[in-house]
Amino acid sequence: MFTKLAIKNIRRSIKDYAIYFFTLVLGVAIFYVFNSLESQSVMLDVTERVKDMLKLMNVILGVVSVFVSVILGALIIYASRFLIKRRSKEFGLYMTLGMGKRKISRLLLIETFLIGVLSLVAGLALGIIASQFTSVLVANMFDADLTNFQFVFSGAACLKTLIYFGVIYLAVMIFNVIIIGRQKLINLLSSNRRNEKVALKNPWVCTVVFIIASVMLGYSYYLVTAGLNTLIENADIQILLVPIAIGVTATFLLFWSLSGLLLRIVMSFKKVYYSKLNSFILRQFGSKINTTVVSMSLICLMLFTTICILGSALSINHTMHETAEKLMPVDIQVIGIGENPVSIPEVYQRENVNLSDWLEDITTYETYRLDSVILGDVIGSVSGVNEGAGDVTVMGSYDVSERFIHQSDYNRAAKVFGHPEVNLADGEYAMIADFKPVLELRNQAMKDGKKITVAGKTLSPNSDQCIVGGIELQVSTLNEGIIIVPDSINLAAEAESRREVLLANYKTDVDPEAAERILYGVNNRFYSDDEPDEESAVYNYNGSNRGIYYFDVESRQDLIDNNVGTSALVTFVGLYLGIIFLISSAAVLALKELSESSDNRAKYTVLRKIGASEKMLNRALFWQIFIFFLFPLLIAILHAVFGLQFCDVVLISLGGIDITSALPAVAIILGAIYGGYFLITYLCSKNIIRDQRN
Amino acid sequence: MKTILELEKVEKYYGNKSSLTKAINNISFKVNEGEFVAIMGASGSGKTTLLNIISTIDRVTAGHIYVDGDDITSLKGEELNEFRREKLGFIFQDFNLLDSLTAYENIALALSIQNFAPSEIDDRVKKVARELNITDVLSKYPYQMSGGQKQRVASARAIITDPKLVLADEPTGALDSKSSKMLLEQFERLNQKFQTTILMVTHDAFAASYANRVIFIKDGKVFNELLKGDDSRKDFFDAIIDVITLLGGDASDVL
Repeated sequence: MFTKLAIKNIRRSIKDYAIYFFTLVLGVAIFYVFNSLESQSVMLDVTERVKDMLKLMNVILGVVSVFVSVILGALIIYASRFLIKRRSKEFGLYMTLGMGKRKISRLLLIETFLIGVLSLVAGLALGIIASQFTSVLVANMFDADLTNFQFVFSGAACLKTLIYFGVIYLAVMIFNVIIIGRQKLINLLSSNRRNEKVALKNPWVCTVVFIIASVMLGYSYYLVTAGLNTLIENADIQILLVPIAIGVTATFLLFWSLSGLLLRIVMSFKKVYYSKLNSFILRQFGSKINTTVVSMSLICLMLFTTICILGSALSINHTMHETAEKLMPVDIQVIGIGENPVSIPEVYQRENVNLSDWLEDITTYETYRLDSVILGDVIGSVSGVNEGAGDVTVMGSYDVSERFIHQSDYNRAAKVFGHPEVNLADGEYAMIADFKPVLELRNQAMKDGKKITVAGKTLSPNSDQCIVGGIELQVSTLNEGIIIVPDSINLAAEAESRREVLLANYKTDVDPEAAERILYGVNNRFYSDDEPDEESAVYNYNGSNRGIYYFDVESRQDLIDNNVGTSALVTFVGLYLGIIFLISSAAVLALKELSESSDNRAKYTVLRKIGASEKMLNRALFWQIFIFFLFPLLIAILHAVFGLQFCDVVLISLGGIDITSALPAVAIILGAIYGGYFLITYLCSKNIIRDQRN
Repeated sequence: MKTILELEKVEKYYGNKSSLTKAINNISFKVNEGEFVAIMGASGSGKTTLLNIISTIDRVTAGHIYVDGDDITSLKGEELNEFRREKLGFIFQDFNLLDSLTAYENIALALSIQNFAPSEIDDRVKKVARELNITDVLSKYPYQMSGGQKQRVASARAIITDPKLVLADEPTGALDSKSSKMLLEQFERLNQKFQTTILMVTHDAFAASYANRVIFIKDGKVFNELLKGDDSRKDFFDAIIDVITLLGGDASDVL
């Protein structure tokens, strides 16, 4: 009996439930997809290192899932509370017919249970299908081939989804029972008879608040972009909470004041205001935003966070994939740092490895760090930086010692990396760098003709800018700068440390993995001594105790795997959070708009009776919903313009991240999900207000 | 005198073959320009259905309705909206004002739907507001007005477009007796001064006594018709009461 009534109720209020149900299904599906990533990757033909990376990713996604389930739980509880409120009259009727609160609760329990089961089944089905596509995405990211593609079902992820959502639905049921228990019959029956007070706000107060909000926003925008250095210099990282707090407050004030102000402004354009249904559209919007300032602001902030998360995550992924090939033109590099008298090939020779058996195109060069020249000396006069002082900025200290390379060594490396060769006159220097913040300062210094003194010799720049690039394998543009000097300068004599680099490709007839094993083997002997601490990296070669020596082998594959792992991790976490945030805010908006539409059904009937055509009505409805969706998005985008610049600065430590590269993808995701919700809301609303008779 | 509204053997059936309800069963009558006609009948007599089909909110099963010479039963889609927009004015029992708009905007909406220029809208709203004595509530919202004021605002919205025919559905239904009287006097004045044609559905004999003519409906058919002629309102009221007594036998609608 109760089940029958529950089913009928669900069927009847399908218009209200549709978007709720849709959101539940989407939530379940996304939850499953991101929790099943690991099992999808099982079939991929990837190295052990990538597999480890995927395991780590799964652990982190698991942690994120807890957070996501909290958000989804809050959303679902909000939505179901909202729907119950809309059904007050119905419950009031049940109560007047003698149905007790306990029975109504039981009815709701069954309803929630049914919807829960249905959404879980549909969501899991959708998730399992969607996860087949994410397999392709994962494979793409890890550059793995998908020849042995097979259908993957993750039992663990399925179970996890069932448990998490089971708990959420249980919470919803408890909340529902509490809400029903608190209701009084008279309130249930008369809940429709509320007075809609829509007095206009005082325009002067609005204007003043608007100006205050704009100034506050401007200030926080300034703080996170142009004023960032000053901000960080003066205090610790917690100071970043200041612009965030100001921004949040300003957003609230902005919505509060704009709602009144916009209406006033449009009203003063009588031609526009008194044309067609415009006065109706604007008044509806005005009355709504008056009562929904808080939720609008929250949704705006959620959208803003989404854009920043997606933008950052996707740009990291994009940049890493984009630059990897360019930054790593050879298969392997070996680096030796320290005072070892023997060269890298000789180290291998003594370990009975003949490098030419395995490698070809071998290039070696040496760079030196000089105590006597620090970064501050080279870029000292630029942008008010105190010469030689320990001035701390975003990118670190100014008093690190500089790296130098002889012209001939550089030209050898340049050939490998495809950089231009340099031909220095006596008394000239050049520089190569690609870490953006330092690169800019160095360029400025060279433009200024900054002279430096190396080993007693004064050198001036050979051009007005650095060569852009690096001369070691690196996953992103992190070369802080190497100074190229004529061969005649005796660097070795003054050096604090020497760094020898060997770049090479595997011979074409050798198995890369075998070569890697051999080359790493020597490296491992350097590292895997009995003591596992930092000291074990110190190799006292040849027993002659001439000093410490670090030895490091890195293959391109090695670097790419790590790199891809990191970027995949960031991307998936970003996508996961971003999409959930997006769905939550869009769903809240959609629910509000749909209920608004059914509340306004009578108004549309009146309009129809006084002769408004269906076209006019649909247009009015469209604009009402469109403005409501667009308003928070526009302000969120405005926030994001500055927020992304801030992300750019924070991410700069990862090398030259180009956030603009991710913007098309962000726009697509945003358009698909947010736009999708908008469209569904519009179509459902159109259905709600449609003339029942014609 | 010109005929504004003509019903020709109009029928409206609800339901299916097994249970057919004849809400309107072969009704014909005419309303001339400048007339104030009341339609009376008990609950379920079909008077609301009649109003709905005249206003094209509902469709006839058979017969024809001519408004200003045009057969409105053959109108479709956008033509219907255009017809309602340009020829008809509506006044409802529960006012049906839009609560998010001020009185001024509610009245103006009827004109802005027809693409009038703002300056003309302003002139007309102010003129009609003076006429109906609501100038001082123009800037108020519906929730700030009394029932009588709301109904006068609704009336202003109905007549501002100079409709051929004003349809009023129990306009005094939600008003106290004082407000009712005031509204009906306004109707009378509009009718006399501007020759506004009014068709009012009511079950209130007192309200009907303000009309020039009363048509009684019972079980979907025209039962009787009374003309006021040169009678005083008091005499006309008594005549109406007589018919109602005859109509029901049970005098449930004699108020």
